[in-house]
Parts: sequence; C-alpha cells; structure tokens
Amino acid sequence: MSRFKFPPSIRSRPVYETLAARDGKSHLIIAEAEGAEAVFDLAKNAENLMAHAHIIYIQGRSGDVYAERLASLGARQFYMGPSYSAALPRLRRVLSDAKMGLQAYLTGTEGMMGQAMLELTSAGIPHTAIQCEHRGSTARRMQCVHCKGITEDVTTDPFVCSHCGLNLFVRDHYSRRLAAFQGVCVDAEDPGNVPDQVEIYQ
Amino acid sequence: MSVGENKIAVTVSDITKITPLVTQFRFVRTDGEALPTFSGGAHTVVEMIDGAETRLNPYSLMSDPMDQTAYMISVRRDDQGRGGSLFMHQKVAVGDEMMISLPVNLFALDLRASKHLMIAGGIGITPFLSQIHELNAIAGTFELHYASQSAELAAFADDLMRRYSGKVHVYFDDLGQKIDLAALLEGQPLGTHVYVCGPKGMIDWVRKTAHDLGWPREAIHYEEFLAPQSGKPFEVTLAASNKVIQVGEHQSLLEAMEAADVDAPYLCRGGACGQCETNVIESDGEIIHRDHWLEDDDKKSGKKIMPCVSRFVGKTLVLDR
Repeated sequence: MSRFKFPPSIRSRPVYETLAARDGKSHLIIAEAEGAEAVFDLAKNAENLMAHAHIIYIQGRSGDVYAERLASLGARQFYMGPSYSAALPRLRRVLSDAKMGLQAYLTGTEGMMGQAMLELTSAGIPHTAIQCEHRGSTARRMQCVHCKGITEDVTTDPFVCSHCGLNLFVRDHYSRRLAAFQGVCVDAEDPGNVPDQVEIYQ
Repeated sequence: MSVGENKIAVTVSDITKITPLVTQFRFVRTDGEALPTFSGGAHTVVEMIDGAETRLNPYSLMSDPMDQTAYMISVRRDDQGRGGSLFMHQKVAVGDEMMISLPVNLFALDLRASKHLMIAGGIGITPFLSQIHELNAIAGTFELHYASQSAELAAFADDLMRRYSGKVHVYFDDLGQKIDLAALLEGQPLGTHVYVCGPKGMIDWVRKTAHDLGWPREAIHYEEFLAPQSGKPFEVTLAASNKVIQVGEHQSLLEAMEAADVDAPYLCRGGACGQCETNVIESDGEIIHRDHWLEDDDKKSGKKIMPCVSRFVGKTLVLDR
C-alpha cells in the first residue's frame, strides 16, 4: 500500500493531494519509488498529458520494479536514476530552459518532494502551483535546529542527530526553505532523560 | 477609521500637457517637507473640491518611488465621466493647494520574479512608469508592451522607447497593430510575472490567455480602477449610523456616505481592493454591482455591496454602516 493518510496537524505541516492533470503545453513529473503508482493514475486519467511530459524517476527503495511500466507510458522524455542527488543536475538543467506554463507534479516521499519543490520555487514556480502527492515511506528529512545538520530518512521519534549527536524530538514544524522538518533537543533540561523511541505514526 | 484617511497637503507645482487627452500634474508638499517614498505601482487618492461637491479619485503615481521632492500623476480627460478628470484638466492651476492621500499599493511588483512582463493599454501605462523606475534602480529585468489608439495618443511612448530601447514595444490600433499575446506569453522564461493595466477587455484577455497557457495565478497581476458611474439617484438607510441619505446622480454611494459624515472604510475607490465591502441588511430592488471584488455568489446573494462603485435601483436599501 503506497498511500498513507497523515493525521491533521499544525498549519506548518505540508498536506498532500492527488495529482490531477492541468492545462499547459509541457509537464514535468518528478516521481520517487512508489510515486510511480501515482504517475500511472495520472496517466490513466489524462490521455494527452504524456506526449508533453518529462518524467524524472528516482528509483529509491523500489529499485527497477516500476521501470518497465513507466517507460511504456509514452512520455516525451523519460529519465530514471538511483537517487535524488543523481537526478539533481538534470532537474536544474531542465528548469533553466523551462518556460512559463510548465506544470509540475511531484510524488514520492516528503523528503524528495520537499527538495524538488525547493528547486522549482527557486526557479520561479510559486509553491501553491506545484502539485504534490505523497506515496511510499513516511520517513522524514529532519533538520537539527541546534547544529543545523540534516538527517535523512528519520522514522523514529526521538532520534539522534547524525551530525552533533543530540537527542531530537520530531516536530511537525516544517521549513520550505530548508525542505526539512525541525528536530529539537528532547532532553535539554534534564540531560539523559530521553523518552522511549517510537516509530513515527504508530 | 478609513484606511485612506492619512492625507498630505500638496501644492501643484507643474502641469504639462502630454497628449491631446492626457495631462500630467506634479505635486510638492505645501509645507516644504519631503514626501514619503512609495513602491512602484502605488496610487494616491486626490481630493477634488468642486464647489459643493467633493470627489476622491485614485490615480497611479508615475514618478520615481524614491524621489521625495515631488509626486507625479497623469490624468486622461474623460468627457463622459462624472467630472473628476474634467475638473483636473480645466480647473486645477499651478500653485493650487490640494489634499492627496498617502500612497497605497494594490499593484506592487513581485520582486521574486526573475523577469517582469508588463502589458499596458492607454492610460494604463502610468503605474508601469513608477515600476520601471523601481526596477531600473535594482537592475531588474522587464519588458513593456504598450498598446495605444494612435502614436499621437500614446502618452510617454517616445520617451520610454528612447530611454529603454529594446525593452519597450508599442502597438498602435490605428495601424492595425496588435500584441501577439499567446506567442509573447508562451516564450517567457520560468520565473516571469505578467502585469496588466488597461481597459477591462484587455485585462480579461491577458488573464484568460495566461491562465489557459498554464500560468500560475500568483504570476498574473492586474490593476483596473473603475471610475464610479453615474446613475439614477437613490435613497439608502444606514442602520448603524441611524441615518437616511440620498445618493445623487453623479455621486457614488461612498461619496454620499462621506458627505453625511459617516466614516466608511475605503482604499482604492475603484472596486478593486475590497476595503469598503458593506453588508446589506434589507433590500427591495436591485443592486447594480460594478466592482470586481465580490465573487459572483456574493453578488447574486444581494447581501453585500461595494459602495465605491456600485449603485441601487428600487424601493428600499438598508446597509449595516
């Protein structure tokens, strides 16, 4: 099951929708791992879209499970790469040539969508015009508010900062500028008094 | 409290005829102090005392926003209008003292844009003049497409072409020239914002074309001041103020409230900003909605009115003001 319903939270926390085709002469789809399933749904509901679409697919934990089906969608351009950082130079090149009217669709984990959104907004697409559909892992990209280091794929709360080693509490407070949630020291007042670690969303 | 209440006493220091229809006015502060700076696209509301009648009309500031010595506006003569522009053209002289509001901006540049694409129709050129000053100071990228009836009526076109050659494109209706809008919008690099100021038809055309081409709503900016139109006189009951007022043929509902010393909020006085939105308590008749602020549902409901431009025809209108 690639869908997850996030419980309601504070206003800062991003919320996700279901990708829907929009008017436009070119479409950029960035999908990661199980996000491929959202791309299949999008393609099914919008016949003409793929002829004008560029799919950037990041395999992530899904490997090449979806590769064949994605390649057969008939996208004008189809790229597949192992990780977000591997795909980033291509994404930047695509954005530097892009024209107004480009429609952007993101699907996959929050960490990937957040980072891709940062590239898109820096290139001049308003964040409200970018569609995001969450699929796959609920792991988070967390920033330690103390040392500012980013820890990827955080699945437990609290967790240990991979940079400074502090025990961090997982907040829903999100930064679009950093594409990360905020992690705050959980035992600052009483060092060593760390709550039991639990899976986020369990 | 009205948002537009803060006023500046100014003296007309210069009047220049720009085209057969457009006249430029220069204002300095009467007390000799520096005027506040503003931001490109801002307007000021000019108070015109014409005998017993007071009109308050908004005009875009066209001077350099950082120039604190003077403000400049340009007024297009409208022979069919309610008389505000004719008053400015015929009765205002150099040395006259007038009251204007502090600048208000409902058409600001979005400085996150990597390029500013400006589309002007006729007198809609004026807000772009201050915006171009602003962009010039920060080395911003812009391109202006300016449509006018004819070369003779294209205010400031020659000056703009000379100063910003290559960035300014003019189109004259009488020569059959027209902006190739779809091609223009399609070729714009990501990060471009489009701004349009001109007649309603032009604004609708640009907004629709950009929308259909997939431009995000946030990248489309427009400004259209609606001048209040004349209409049949009508009577209004102001419930909160406990007053019954008459709105004259050439008076707006907002002006009639002000004439009765009712402190009604306003900002643009042109149906755009939403500041004067007023609840209708009772209505037996038809509200003539002329703003482009209220949603269609609100207009149909008959529960809201924008007194700066809208009117009423019928027996009874009671407002919560």
